[in-house]
Amino acid sequence: MIAIIGLVVGVVLGLVLTPDVPLALQPYLPIAVVAALDAVFGAFRAFLDGIFDDKVFVISFVSNVLIAGMIVFLGDKLGVGAQLSTGVVVVLGIRIFSNVAAIRRHLFHA
Amino acid sequence: MSPPPGATPAEEDRPDDVPGENPTGLARLRRSFLAPSRGQAVVALLVGVLAFAAVTQVRLNGADDTYAGLREAELVQALNGLQAASRKAERDITDLETTRDQLRSSTQRRTTALDQARQEVATLGVLAGTVPATGPGIRATVTDPKGDLTLNHLLDGVEELRNAGVEAIEINDRVRVIAQTSFEDDPEGVRVDGVLLKPPYVIDAIGDPGTLAGALDFQGGFIDDVKMDSGTVVVKKPDLVRVSTTRKPVKPRYAEAVPGQ
Repeated sequence: MIAIIGLVVGVVLGLVLTPDVPLALQPYLPIAVVAALDAVFGAFRAFLDGIFDDKVFVISFVSNVLIAGMIVFLGDKLGVGAQLSTGVVVVLGIRIFSNVAAIRRHLFHA
Repeated sequence: MSPPPGATPAEEDRPDDVPGENPTGLARLRRSFLAPSRGQAVVALLVGVLAFAAVTQVRLNGADDTYAGLREAELVQALNGLQAASRKAERDITDLETTRDQLRSSTQRRTTALDQARQEVATLGVLAGTVPATGPGIRATVTDPKGDLTLNHLLDGVEELRNAGVEAIEINDRVRVIAQTSFEDDPEGVRVDGVLLKPPYVIDAIGDPGTLAGALDFQGGFIDDVKMDSGTVVVKKPDLVRVSTTRKPVKPRYAEAVPGQ
């Protein structure tokens, strides 16, 4: 319940404040969003499995975002930033799909 | 497949779960809606952050900043395209400038030629007597009280003036004397180009005044000759002599200009 309220508040804040992202961070924001999405879906799945722990969720959320950003940063330094960010998005996308599949089985038994 | 983040293999404290029970995920979800907890608040915070970032990114992506999010390689490619376009534009500019310069120089040549031709027309017009002329010179007034002066006197005077480099001659403000001018005797005076002139003769001559006056006035010259036949010559040097009589240009019947000279 509170999680849904948090979601709504975040959307409203983003729409109202329209923050300016620093130019240096612009390539990392989409990757960070995808990594955070992965963490949230993983947490939801763990919750449905009955093994959810908020500390683990916080750590996984933060580390997911940081590691994804770091990989892209490293890729940018190595000159393969575009390819690496594509790879990160693909991997995270696969994880999101598998998590969503598990969630779907829990909720709909299908 | 790695285990989902947020899952721990050994869960110690499950505040939402009653120990000993193993409810389904759906039931746990239903229960958590009714019983908020500290974990939910943390989840709400992080989900809020995620939503905030996602909305920001969507807005950024929708914004019309074509080059802001591009990487180095993509920017280099875009730059290359722009450079090629700019090189092409520069070539076009050079071509057009060359054309413009050519047109300008040809116009200039034409203007110069036209100016030269105009100047020549003016010069030749003075010599041919087709245009009025003005300039420094002398005005010689020849009186002939006894009627003893002949055509030869006048011809002598004109010849002396010509030798002195006269540029335009007019007699009695009526006849312009040029290369083809004819002189005839007449009982009442002289006929110059068929025009009857009676004394006194007024000769307007444009040229260097000193030279012209000297050409008429020397020992045994024009003035002496006239005086010998009881005439008088008065030579004045006005600042400006006007030769206003003009002739129509006559097209030569026999002589033809040799082209290319």
